[in-house]
Amino acid sequence: MTPTSEREHQPLDFPSAALPLLHDAQMRGNVRHATGVIQGKRFRVVGEMPDWQLLREAGRQIRAHSLDYLDFYLEQFEQRCTAAGGHVHWARDAAEANRIVLQLAQNPTGRVIKIKSMTTEETGLNHALEAAGIQPIETDLAELIVQLGHDKPSHIVVPALHKNRHQVRELFVRAMNLPHLGDRPEDLAEAARVYLRQQFLSTPVAISGANFLIAETGGVCIVESEGNGRMCLTLPRKLISVAGIDKIIPRFRDLEVMLQLLPRSATGERMNPYNSVWTGVHPGDGPQEFHVVLLDNRRTEVLRDPEARETLHCIRCGACQNACPVYRQTGGHAYGSVYAGPIGAILTPQLALMKRGQSLPYASTLCGACYEVCPVKINIPEVLIHLRGRVVTGRPRSLRALHPEAIIMRSMQWMFLSETRFRLAQQFGRIAQRPWIRRSGWIERLPSILGGWTRTRDLRPLPPQSFREWFQARPRSAIESASKSPPQVSPESSEVPHG
Amino acid sequence: MRIALFVTCYNDTLFPEVGIAVVRVLERLGHTIDFPYAQTCCGQMHYNTGYLPEALPLVRRFVDIFRDSEVVCVPSSSCVGMMREHYEKIALASGDKTLQSDVSALLPRVYEFTELLVHRLGIEDVGAVYPHRVTYHASCHSLRNLHLGDVPIRLLRNVRDLELIPMEATDLCCGFGGTFSIKNADVSGAMLEEKLQYVQKTQAEVCTACDNSCLMHIGGALHRQRAKMRTEHIATILGSDSISPATRKDAY
Repeated sequence: MTPTSEREHQPLDFPSAALPLLHDAQMRGNVRHATGVIQGKRFRVVGEMPDWQLLREAGRQIRAHSLDYLDFYLEQFEQRCTAAGGHVHWARDAAEANRIVLQLAQNPTGRVIKIKSMTTEETGLNHALEAAGIQPIETDLAELIVQLGHDKPSHIVVPALHKNRHQVRELFVRAMNLPHLGDRPEDLAEAARVYLRQQFLSTPVAISGANFLIAETGGVCIVESEGNGRMCLTLPRKLISVAGIDKIIPRFRDLEVMLQLLPRSATGERMNPYNSVWTGVHPGDGPQEFHVVLLDNRRTEVLRDPEARETLHCIRCGACQNACPVYRQTGGHAYGSVYAGPIGAILTPQLALMKRGQSLPYASTLCGACYEVCPVKINIPEVLIHLRGRVVTGRPRSLRALHPEAIIMRSMQWMFLSETRFRLAQQFGRIAQRPWIRRSGWIERLPSILGGWTRTRDLRPLPPQSFREWFQARPRSAIESASKSPPQVSPESSEVPHG
Repeated sequence: MRIALFVTCYNDTLFPEVGIAVVRVLERLGHTIDFPYAQTCCGQMHYNTGYLPEALPLVRRFVDIFRDSEVVCVPSSSCVGMMREHYEKIALASGDKTLQSDVSALLPRVYEFTELLVHRLGIEDVGAVYPHRVTYHASCHSLRNLHLGDVPIRLLRNVRDLELIPMEATDLCCGFGGTFSIKNADVSGAMLEEKLQYVQKTQAEVCTACDNSCLMHIGGALHRQRAKMRTEHIATILGSDSISPATRKDAY
């Protein structure tokens, strides 16, 4: 298994990471099918909400306000959580968060049970636990599939979305030693249930993430579908919740908005089957020791950029991934990060201080499908463009001006800033293209970087006359008579000869 | 009405028939067309690739040229999207107060071609004749930036002898995305492949859209596959009549 922490340090280039995935027909089929199903469900349950756009706006405002006053709400959360009997820890980065959790997670069984958590994926906690001799057991069915397959999650909400049930069966047959296991969903769920039940009843420490931290009460909220979370939150003696500092919302009543937006956007459900909110400890009921680890891991750096800070509004619903036509082709692994799809394309490079994942902001056609479905209205295309700007200006000063792309952009700008130069370029293009025009009359192969175009598509050549040349050449009388005597049929001369 | 045409750099260079058709339609409706020759590019390519400072002089140039126009017609929703979504932001970043107020004053007078016809001029039947089976690709910018909705469809429905064939997943991105098609050529190709399945399933003769960028992409693949279908910008369809069909028949 490749540890997340190491993988995070590998160079990441989206186009080359995507290439092998594009040839994985099975994976692409699974991803298309699964995202299609979830999108369909989302579309139905969002459609039945007459105030959906108002809810989105409310969600956006709650998230924007929370981040504008993050310092206040974090301290309020710490104070209220502590008053309720919880312990709050502050972690500057992934390593510090893992260190804190490792100390807290020590127990005689040498195991911990886990609720699906993107934040602990981000910190590479499972690897850190294993290295320290503690076995983490994922209890979310999809995370269990990922874990047993020594795989990586490919989607925020549906981490094993790239696997179908036949592949899951193969995995369970091997890992659980069940040679006669069927591949019906109920067979697979039952196998997981039997396997996990034992872990729930015998493991004294649970580790969770958090969907929301409620500043007003010091409470933590988690939504889930399988009940495994509820088990982890109630059965073990000790509970450790790891949460990014961005997960804060001001008041309990803000859940009214969030718990409508999140399930409909994430899984296409009106409500999550299990919604848990817990606050501190209660004698004789649930975990008797409760810790929250608040993780920064460069979120404050994201916050510093006013043009990109809305990235932190994200409530991890994954709707942008399901809607993204790029993700639809490549799946999540091409993004080289636990955060895939459009949100990953903006979050990953920022969490890496733009030193890694510079190709990610370019992994989008700016089609806007992500923005359209985002429940808290993160304008992802706008942030993508802004981050592209940061990639360009972030190049080493000595190389910036000489970067081939920069040279092309400057030349194009120089050409566009003069009518004469633009005309000459059009004329030059018509001559320069001649050797490339095939017998079909189209260009079928181009050199160097333009070759990317002609790999799968032809290009119509420049016609012998540009529009401006046509406009200039047409008789004045045609123009004047046209404006005086409507309606009339345009003259035949408006045909453009074409080669 | 005097209508200033911003034909866009790639229509000017690669698809002159689009500008010609726009002139034909608008003149047939009794309007006068101005074509300021100084016009070149709206700056979209620079801005979308991360070169905001390089886009600024192009924004300035556009605004200088069209500042006094009554109405500006642009046969490309992605260029209009660039202006509406980003011009104010670029002007703000420049710190130039005059540019900011010029941009704010000009933007409400800039229309995409079909939007101009339906929303500004109140016309849904331009008197076109086009005896072909046509399917419509809803480009991302026309859909999500300009919110054109069924505006282009309403125009197409009123074209004589045109049989409009609905396309499944008409709003699925074709994978062009400007420099995306070069930087991420393989992913772009895979997206196009999926789009083409829906395009070809319609068995139409012509695939149309409000953006020649998408059509260049879709049309390029159709040509590579030697498909029977071709692409045609919506303006050339609306500019066709029984006397002079504007189709580039000679190119095929």
